Amino acid sequence: MTTLAVAANESLAEISNYLIYSSMAVYTLAFFAHIAEWVFGSRSKVGRTAAALTAATGAKAAAGKAPAVQVRGQGGTTAVLDKPKVVSRAAAGARDVPDGPGAAGGSEKGDLYGRIAVSLTVLGFLVEFAGVAARALSVERAPWGNMYEFSITFSTMAVGVYLALLALGKNVRWLGLVLVTTVLLDLGIATKWLYTDSDQLVPALDSYWLWIHVSTAIFCGATFYIGAAGTALYLFRDSYEAKLAGGGKPGTFATSVLERLPAAATLDKFAYRINAAVFPLWTFTIIAGAIWAGDAWGRYWDWDPKEVWSFVTWVAYACYLHARATAGWKGRKAAYLALFAFACWIWNYYGVNILLNGKHSYGGV
Amino acid sequence: MSTTDKTTPADASGAAPDAAEAARDDAAAAAAGAQLSTAPAEDTGGPVGIGVLGWLRWFWRQLTSMRVALILLFLLSLGAIPGSLIPQTHIDPMKVEKWKQAHAFWVPLAEKLQLFEVYGSVWFSAIYILLFVSLIGCIVPRTWQFVGQLTGRPPGAPKRLDRMPAYTTWRTEAAPDEVLAHARTLLGRRRFRTEAAAGGSSVAAEKGYLREAGNLVFHLALIAILVAFAWGKLYKYEGGKLVLRGKGFSNTLTQYDDFKPGSLFDSDALPPFSFTLDRFDASFEPTGPQRGTARTFKAYVTYSKGAHGTPTQAEIEVNKPLEIDGSKVFLLGHGYAPVVSVTDPTGKVVFRDAVPMLPQDANLTSAGAVKVTDGYVNKDGAKEQLGFSALFVPTFAGEGSGTMFSQFPELANPRLALNAWHGSLGVDSGLPQNVYQLTTSKMQQFKDDSGQPFKQRLALGEEMVLPNGAGTVKFEGIERWATFQISEQPGNGLALGGAVGAVVGLAGSLFIQRRRIWVRAVAGPDGVTVVEMAGLGRSESAKLPEELADLAATLNEQAPTAPEPEPENDSEKSREGERG
Ligand code: HEM
Repeated sequence: MTTLAVAANESLAEISNYLIYSSMAVYTLAFFAHIAEWVFGSRSKVGRTAAALTAATGAKAAAGKAPAVQVRGQGGTTAVLDKPKVVSRAAAGARDVPDGPGAAGGSEKGDLYGRIAVSLTVLGFLVEFAGVAARALSVERAPWGNMYEFSITFSTMAVGVYLALLALGKNVRWLGLVLVTTVLLDLGIATKWLYTDSDQLVPALDSYWLWIHVSTAIFCGATFYIGAAGTALYLFRDSYEAKLAGGGKPGTFATSVLERLPAAATLDKFAYRINAAVFPLWTFTIIAGAIWAGDAWGRYWDWDPKEVWSFVTWVAYACYLHARATAGWKGRKAAYLALFAFACWIWNYYGVNILLNGKHSYGGV
Repeated sequence: MSTTDKTTPADASGAAPDAAEAARDDAAAAAAGAQLSTAPAEDTGGPVGIGVLGWLRWFWRQLTSMRVALILLFLLSLGAIPGSLIPQTHIDPMKVEKWKQAHAFWVPLAEKLQLFEVYGSVWFSAIYILLFVSLIGCIVPRTWQFVGQLTGRPPGAPKRLDRMPAYTTWRTEAAPDEVLAHARTLLGRRRFRTEAAAGGSSVAAEKGYLREAGNLVFHLALIAILVAFAWGKLYKYEGGKLVLRGKGFSNTLTQYDDFKPGSLFDSDALPPFSFTLDRFDASFEPTGPQRGTARTFKAYVTYSKGAHGTPTQAEIEVNKPLEIDGSKVFLLGHGYAPVVSVTDPTGKVVFRDAVPMLPQDANLTSAGAVKVTDGYVNKDGAKEQLGFSALFVPTFAGEGSGTMFSQFPELANPRLALNAWHGSLGVDSGLPQNVYQLTTSKMQQFKDDSGQPFKQRLALGEEMVLPNGAGTVKFEGIERWATFQISEQPGNGLALGGAVGAVVGLAGSLFIQRRRIWVRAVAGPDGVTVVEMAGLGRSESAKLPEELADLAATLNEQAPTAPEPEPENDSEKSREGERG
């Protein structure tokens, strides 16, 4: 390597650091914009949940908006006829509650701030993504060699998944504030405690399996995180709905926040879908790791702490899916299982890398 | 379905007021959803029948129930945890010893619970064996049941379609037969399995059998993985060998430094091959904060298969093992071996060898022992053994600083520090000895003139003269060594196949929804046909109403909505939704 190349790489690494700090600044602005969205939203009266839950009868919700079609009648007259409308019925016993209107709560100003927040999040994402890319270029390898690099990639992916869901027209804006807050936390920890200068890989990590195994692992974690956030909000919203349905009266702050969230059933379904969608990929990640271990250490499974906790996480998610799919363990109990599973994932990431040392002690901290 | 849709009391309190109606709905859904999955029904009853057989049957039903499977699954994840927190003998026996010293109080309990060998412990094995018995007991009958379902036909439309989770209806001027024929081709085109009712007034359709198939494949794949795991464990062999540069290894039991066969492995079955280590290259980060971190390791070997195979050259790297005859040779570690020669008082060379030293840190500060077991005769003419505890650093910081820590893993400024002992090394005592450590209980340390322990730090080529003319020790050169792990584990192919099956099956099971659609068309009293469509899925899903809406819209093109004659009661259901 010539001195020139080294210098270029070091300046790229520096650029990466500036980009990461800049993305933190942008996310901070997004954070305040989200706060403004929630504050303005709190001034508009919503109260739809309460009305639905205290209504005398549980009317069945209709789904599927059918556009009207024009039909030419025999007598030359034109009649406007409806397409068939599909009526869907919730399972007996389920609460039939409409989703909340979102953080802006119907307030135009709130909505404006919400849009600003989302735009800032997009900007933050682009800047952070560039930061990760610059880091990768500075070392000419996958940017996943130590915990600092995992962390910045992790939050980039989490925001990316959120924005992708938004772009697909999914109703996920309620996630914005929680996500931006935790992304800031993650980046704060990464830059303050986990920072490692940009450098080459140790030989054990130098394999194409790094690309496959580590990128999917980080992606799974980021997506599981989105699911876990949905689950946690589900638990809050569920107790709120249960309280209302039982005739109780939740506090004003709780009401103001929770009535704007989607219905508990929606949140639950959202979290389930995310977790179920990621689980096969997580399975694949573990298998890819095992194949890599087989090449690197001669044993594809040796109960190294990292392997143990990946396994525990996997089994916990499998338990959750089982409970949801068959045992009818829906609702709160399944949600606790899902949170336990995610806690295992997080522990596997921070705890095992830093506190337990096995063969995966590449934490670089 | 009704058995699996148990709701918590909290949910029930928010339920529709008309409990009787709900029960009726449930019953209708149960009949229409029969065999929509092969999931076993939950069994909450006690043992039926008397005697041992009744109990056995009850026990078996419990073991193969979902609830117990779930509990076992959860126990398995909890059971795996202690092994990550407490050092494990099979990974690092030294660490286990350290842990035992630090937590003496807990040792008896931990040993009783087999906490140092969690993954081979009786209780951990019990959990997973029970789980897999449960799995087999659950999956095999389900597989047969599913095969039966594959040849069956979708069940006929329930009486009240409007009780199904998704429902739509409209009136059309097309004739009922026509509508049903259209419906059947439409559903067939969307790859539903369809069946016209005997009476001719409805069509039943079902799709998504792959979900069940995927689920069964996944569970069967888990069994395959377990079998592969057990097979591999029983028939594998695995051993470690340190090889000096220029030296060789041949695959026989006596050559190994340590050897761990599976319990059913026959050591005569070791495939015959041999290799020599021609060269070993290592490079390290020369600058920056991670200075000294390893960058590349590469071992150049010449190997030959069988007893007299043709020599072939190959490279072994950390992630690139060499495969010979089904066995894999992995590069695990490397280090330095100072070449030391020792002479006796008469000047005769009694020892000359490269002595491997064990790395102590990332910069390859290494420790070891030079043991002269034979041939040394002291000044008094008595046979004695010599021992030197040695510390080697490839890059010494400089004469000023007293500490023997290496500054860099490459050979920039090597030093060898020796403490010299004489007496009996204790190698004949029958106890296994650590080659890197000196047992000094039967030895005396050489003392210098002032009575201090005699020690010296040698640069390459330097010689130290033992006190009182006891001989000399020369640091002649430096060799490299590499450690290899040689292993063969059968069943890897099966494990990989199982793993692929698991992922594919899982994707099928999670992303495909099994569902039924019914279409009914009957002529109303006014001669206009009433079309009803309903859908039922395995689980509640927003996709089902969407799919039904799409199907209805397509069918509606062929059976257009007839103008409403006048407001009527029987179309009330379809409007009810508009209020929601
Ligand atoms: C090694 C242990 C096991 C693991 C890791 C495991 C994992 C899973 C997973 C991930 C699913 C998918 C959930 C879904 O469809 O949403 C599933 C479904 C299922 N499992 Fe297991 N399972 C295990 C053992 C068992 C056992 C012992 C039984 C029998 C009692 C069983 C019966 C089922 C059934 C009936 C389903 C649902 C099928 C359906 O959704 O149609 N599993 N399992």
